[in-house]
Amino acid sequence: MIRLVEVSKVFHQGRPNETVALDNISITLQRGLVTVFRGPSGSGKTTLLSLIGCMARPSSGRIWLGEREITSLPERFLTELRRRTFGFVFQQVFLISGLTVLENVLLPAHPLGLRWSEMRRKASQLLNRYNIQGKAGQKVEWLSGGEAQRVAIARALINDPPIIIADEPTAHLDSGLSREFMNTIAALKQEGKTVLIASHDPIVCDSPFVDRVVQMRDGRILETGEQLKEAETCLGKNL
Amino acid sequence: MMLRWIRRQLNLLDFALFSLRRRKARNLALVLVYTLVVFWLGSVIFFSRAMQNQAGKLLKDSPEILVQRLCAGRHELIPLEYLDQIRAIRGVQQARERLWGYYYDPGSQANYTIMVEASQGSGLEPGWIMVGSGVLRSFAAKDQESLTFRSYRGDFLRLRVKEVFSSDSELLTSDLILMEQGDFKKLFGFPEGFATDLVVEVRNPKERSTVAEKIAQSLPDTRPILRDEILRTYQALFDWRGGMALMLLISAVLAFLILAWDKATGLSADEKKEIGILKATGWETGDVMLLKALEGMVLSLSAFLCGTLFAYLHVFHFSWILMAPALRGWAVLYPRFPLDPSFGPGDLAVLFFLTVAPYTVATMVPCWKAATTDPDRVMRGQI
Repeated sequence: MIRLVEVSKVFHQGRPNETVALDNISITLQRGLVTVFRGPSGSGKTTLLSLIGCMARPSSGRIWLGEREITSLPERFLTELRRRTFGFVFQQVFLISGLTVLENVLLPAHPLGLRWSEMRRKASQLLNRYNIQGKAGQKVEWLSGGEAQRVAIARALINDPPIIIADEPTAHLDSGLSREFMNTIAALKQEGKTVLIASHDPIVCDSPFVDRVVQMRDGRILETGEQLKEAETCLGKNL
Repeated sequence: MMLRWIRRQLNLLDFALFSLRRRKARNLALVLVYTLVVFWLGSVIFFSRAMQNQAGKLLKDSPEILVQRLCAGRHELIPLEYLDQIRAIRGVQQARERLWGYYYDPGSQANYTIMVEASQGSGLEPGWIMVGSGVLRSFAAKDQESLTFRSYRGDFLRLRVKEVFSSDSELLTSDLILMEQGDFKKLFGFPEGFATDLVVEVRNPKERSTVAEKIAQSLPDTRPILRDEILRTYQALFDWRGGMALMLLISAVLAFLILAWDKATGLSADEKKEIGILKATGWETGDVMLLKALEGMVLSLSAFLCGTLFAYLHVFHFSWILMAPALRGWAVLYPRFPLDPSFGPGDLAVLFFLTVAPYTVATMVPCWKAATTDPDRVMRGQI
């Protein structure tokens, strides 16, 4: 369970260009569910995911991961959490060009100090699973958009994290590939992974595999009809 | 735990090698330039150290005091009657004359030192010479048995080689020709009753400077030169921190600074992006720094090893051929001579710290700046 209590995030605090990205957010996210944060650009979805994923600290408020309060942890522990607990799929995929598919998938595993054979075995399993084993030795810049997305997912899963965070994962995919992505998410959900997605793509938000849609705007979770819908969704499904 | 730590370092090294392979052309160009700088710095250090050692060996057996006559501030031939006055000075063990001069051979475009050891005698008969090991190599000789000289009158003097000698110092033997006194005088038209300079030996080494002072007082037109003074001059001349070597060194250091500055002034957009991705995927700042340090070390150590090896070959096997234009005076006056490899771990350490250390620091600074940025910039697409 992930719990956010009165979390705010302010960029450039005290300067003329001060921006409130998140404003007093409190929410509890259940384990094993697929939650989508929906909202227009600038609504704070990405910032919220980066706070949950230990990539940044809130300006105020507390975040709990299970029983552990993570907001006050030193950077080293946050990195450790990021490495072992979260798998990230970024909007722009962010694969390192010049490296092969296999090398990109192995990126998060290098600092763990695993045996090379073990790392390779895990990577091969994931590449097989996402049907890109044949391209393991190919450089990532030669991949299609869908293939690159699957490599990014494989990379997110290499350390077998319990929580997957995806930021606008279908922004650069066509409808077919977006549906394929949601099928992948469904499979991950089946495995018991918690999935948090920021998206305003209807294919994602309206997907039957999504358990909860949290509507956001101007750094807040809406308290209007959308929230009721969220509650209904939650009640009608897994909560 | 330890095993895991070792595997982690190996994994990072592995990734550093993958990473370097990506920018093959760029990194090869970098190693090439870097190697050139190390090569040049190494050449200067090896050359100056070898010259210092050569000079030390050369002067080890040189006279304790040399007495030269000066006329209008220039070195003149010295009358042999001065010997008696010097021998009369208390503390002087022995005084004898030396005949020597330089002979320019247009064929090899080099100067050779011609010497007669008049008092001790070299056992040479008229018409015979003894030559240093480097002379036959460079002198425009048709065969290895005789050398033909052009005398001061313009006629030719053919002298037969009795023996080729070598010594610890190639600098000494490379250009040295020993000949009989009569042949020497024939060759240069040297006047009777004169010598080039006088050699003085002193019983007690502590009295050398006192004896030198007495000589200067009793023979005011002479200049006594102590061996220690010459040695100090040579050491200063060939010290890599002084003289011509310093100029060469500065040029190499400047080239290197430009290289390091280029690295220190920033990372490419690709490198920044890569660091952001690594941070976002769970790499610690320390991991990223280690990765960049490993990349830098692989590059700089490769360049250091190649540069040092090439410098060694350049100085000790190819007679510092590329430095000859900068050291034009020595290069033209002396025939080319191989230097003995003589450098210590200290010289290698100096070379290492002048090249590898500043480069590594220069590369680490921008990486540290990039690695300490929030990984959420990746999430927000700000890399």
